[in-house]
Amino acid sequence: MASPRLFRPAARLLSSRLSARPAFPQAACTPSLLRFRRYATANGTKDVTVRDALNEALAEELESNQKTFILGEEVAQYNGAYKVTRGLLDRFGPKRVIDTPITEAGFCGLAVGAALAGLHPICEFMTFNFAMQAIDQIINSAAKTHYMSGGIQPCNITFRGPNGFAAGVAAQHSQDYSAWYGSIPGLKVVAPWSAEDAKGLLKAAIRDPNPVCVLENELLYGQAFPMSEAAQKDDFVLPIGKAKIERPGKDLTIVSLSRCVGQSLTAAAELKQKYGVDAEVINLRSVKPLDVETIIQSLKKTGRLMCVESGFPMFGVSSEILALSMEYGFDYLTAPAVRVTGAEVPTPYALGLENMSFPQESTIVGQAAKLLRL
Amino acid sequence: MSSILPLSRRIPRIARRSTLPLSQRWSTSISQRPGSDRVRFPGAVNSKFTTEMSFINPQDMPSIPTYRVLDSDGVLVDKDRKPLGVSNEEILVWYKNMLTVSIMDIIMFEAQRQGRLSFYIVSAGEEGISIGSAAALTPDDVVFAQYRETGVFQQRGFTLKNFMSQLFANKNDNGYGRNMPVHYGCDYPRTHTISSTLATQIPHASGAAYALKLQSLQNPDTPRRIVACYFGEGAASEGDFHAGLNIASTRSCPVVFLCRNNGYAISTPTLEQYRGDGIASRGIGYGIDTIRVDGNDIFAVYEAMAAARALALSDGGKPVLIEAMSYRVSHHSTSDDSFAYRARVEVEDWKRRDNPIIRLRKYLENQGLWNEDLERSAREGIRAEILREFGAAEREKKPEIRMAFEGVYDEVTDEARGQMGELKRILETYPEEYDLRAFERGIEGL
Repeated sequence: MASPRLFRPAARLLSSRLSARPAFPQAACTPSLLRFRRYATANGTKDVTVRDALNEALAEELESNQKTFILGEEVAQYNGAYKVTRGLLDRFGPKRVIDTPITEAGFCGLAVGAALAGLHPICEFMTFNFAMQAIDQIINSAAKTHYMSGGIQPCNITFRGPNGFAAGVAAQHSQDYSAWYGSIPGLKVVAPWSAEDAKGLLKAAIRDPNPVCVLENELLYGQAFPMSEAAQKDDFVLPIGKAKIERPGKDLTIVSLSRCVGQSLTAAAELKQKYGVDAEVINLRSVKPLDVETIIQSLKKTGRLMCVESGFPMFGVSSEILALSMEYGFDYLTAPAVRVTGAEVPTPYALGLENMSFPQESTIVGQAAKLLRL
Repeated sequence: MSSILPLSRRIPRIARRSTLPLSQRWSTSISQRPGSDRVRFPGAVNSKFTTEMSFINPQDMPSIPTYRVLDSDGVLVDKDRKPLGVSNEEILVWYKNMLTVSIMDIIMFEAQRQGRLSFYIVSAGEEGISIGSAAALTPDDVVFAQYRETGVFQQRGFTLKNFMSQLFANKNDNGYGRNMPVHYGCDYPRTHTISSTLATQIPHASGAAYALKLQSLQNPDTPRRIVACYFGEGAASEGDFHAGLNIASTRSCPVVFLCRNNGYAISTPTLEQYRGDGIASRGIGYGIDTIRVDGNDIFAVYEAMAAARALALSDGGKPVLIEAMSYRVSHHSTSDDSFAYRARVEVEDWKRRDNPIIRLRKYLENQGLWNEDLERSAREGIRAEILREFGAAEREKKPEIRMAFEGVYDEVTDEARGQMGELKRILETYPEEYDLRAFERGIEGL
C-alpha cells in the first residue's frame, strides 16, 4: 500500500508551526512537569525528544553490530519520513541504510530473508498502517519460522515505525496494531512512551534474537522527556517484558501504553488535584510478553483497575488485561475493572469526530471518577 | 468440511463453463508434436527451439517509444495526420479545466500551510494526464483513482463546491467528514472514493471491470462500459499492481490501467524504484496491450485513452495499459519538501521547458483561439470562483450529528442506536450546555 505513504503525516506536523488550526497539538499530553525545557541539570539529566532517542539507539546499534542494517521507504536520502533516521546514511553509508521501492511486501520480505540468513535487519515502516501489505511476512514468516524450522533459522529482526493515533489522517493512517501483533506467538511487541523507553526498548529489540515489533507513535516523536545519565550511555538497554510504574499511587491502578501513558499521567494529576485521589500509572512498555506481575501487584494494592489505550475496544490490549485481572486478581478487585479505548469506528477525519474517537484526558478523568464513585 | 467440499467443486465448474465449453477445453489440450521446431509446453505454447544459448539483456532492447501529437512548442508533429476529432470548444474546456486544477492547487496548498486543512495533494505537471484521459471516458465508465487525479474529477463534472465541501468536511461533503482531504468520491459519474492505501485500487479495478463484463453478458443492451484505473509508478512496485494486472489479463477484464510515471514516488526517483523499461514493459509481460504516451501532451493522452477504451471493449473485453510520462513539478504532498532530494533548478527547468498547460496554451495561441487577455481574464475568473467556494465551504455547517454514528455498517447497530438515543436524551435534557448551531439541523440531525 502504500502510501501516501504517501502521506507522510508527521512531516506535516513538522511544518505545522505555521498552522493556525489547533487541530494538531503536538504535546497535548505532555505532563505538566515536562512543560518547561531543561537542557542539562546537576544530576546529569538531559531533555531528549523521542525522535532523537530513537536515532541515538539506531546509531549506537549500527555502530556496535556489523550485522545490523536499516531499510525502508525514504530512510536514507530523505532521512526518514519522520526524520528518525536523520544522519544515518552519511554515517553508515548506503549499504547499511537502504532506501527501498514502495513495496512493503518486497522490502519487509527481503529483511525477513536477511534475518533468516543470519543478519539483524531493522525494517522501518512509514507507518504500521502500511505494514498491512507485509503482514504475511511479519506473521507467517518472521514470527513462525524459528519454531517451524526446529530452531535452525533464527529471525533476529526489528520492525519499527509509528503506530496508533495521529492527527488529521483518518481511518487508514491512525490504527493501533498493538493487539494484532500482541496476539502472535513468536513475536515480541514493545510500545515506548518516553525518550528513555524509546532508546532502551529499541536497543533491546535490535539485540533480541527474536522478531520484535517496536510500535512507536508519531505524535510522540517531537516530544522531549528527561533522560537520565545512565540512559544517555551507549550500553543502556531496557528489559523487554517489564512494565514501569510511572507514578505510584494507592487508590486506582491505571495501566496504559504508548502515548496514552502521558494522557494517563495528566489525568492522574488532575484526579489528585480535583479529588485528592492517588492513581498509580503503569507504563506497560512491553505488550508481549506482558508484565502481568506488576499489574497484579498494583491491583492488589489499589483494588481498582483501569486500562487506557488507543486501539479499538474489542479484543484489544485492554480486553486482555481485564481478563488477566479477573484470572489473577479477582479477589482483590473492589469494583469492576474499566477500559478506556478508541471508539468502535474507523477513525474519522473531521477534527471534532477524531477527538471523540480517541481517549482524551477528560475521558480518563471522567471514567476514573465513575469507577471510584467520586 | 463436508459442507465446504461440494461448494468448492461447484465453483470451478461454473468458472469453466463461463470461459470454454468442456469439450473445447479438451480439444485445446497441449501436447508436443514429434519433429516440431517449436515447443508446445503448457506454459509456452509457441516457443521456437534454439541451439544458441543467450540470455535476454533488457538493455539491448530498444526502449518502448512514446506517442506524442504535439511537440513542446504546441505544434502538431505530424502535419499530415488526420484531424483530432475534437471541437475547439471542447479543447478550450480542457484548457480551462487544467487551469482550474492548477489554480486550486496553489490556493489549497497555501491554505494547508496556513493550517486551514490538514493535508492536500497537488497535481502540478500532471493536469494533462488526468484531464486528457478523463475526456475520453463516458460518464458511465467507472474510475478508480489514486489521489493525484483532481483533474479526472474536474473533467467528470465534480464541481468546485464538491471539492471544497470535501476538503473542509462540511455538511455537503458526501463523505460526511470521515475522509482525509482529497479523498474525493462520486456516485455518478461513478468514481470510487480515493483510498489512502497505495495500489489497492488496481485489483479492485480488475474486479469492477469483471463485474461490468458479466453485466454486459447478462444484459447485452446496456451501454458497454470500461473501468479506468489510475496509479503512479511508485504504486506499481506494490504487489497489488502485479496481482491486479495478472488477474485482469487472465480474466479478460475491460479495464484501462493508466500509470502516471512522474519520475518520483515521494522522494524516490524512478531510478531507484525500478530497473526495467518503465511500467509499460510490465504490461507486455502480462500479455496486455500497452502504449507509452507523452503525458505533457493532452492530445496524445486523449487519443491513447480513446483508443484504449475501444480496445478494452473489443473481443469481449481485455485490459490495456497506458504509461503516461510526465514530471512531478509539485511536492509529493503538503507533507513533503521535495527540494530536500532534488534540485530546485531541475523543477524550475521542467516547469518552464515543458508543461501540459503551457503546451496546450501554445497550441491554442497558434490556432488563434487564445491570447494573453483571455488568459488573464480566465485566470482571474477561476481564481475568484475558487475563493468564493472556498469561503462558503469553510463557513458551511458540519454534517448532521447522526453521521458520527452511521456508516460503520450498512445498518446502524443496536448498540450504536442505543448510544444515539442516549446522546439525544442528554442533549435535550441540557440544551444550554451544548451548542449545536454548527451542525446541520441541530438536534433534529440526530
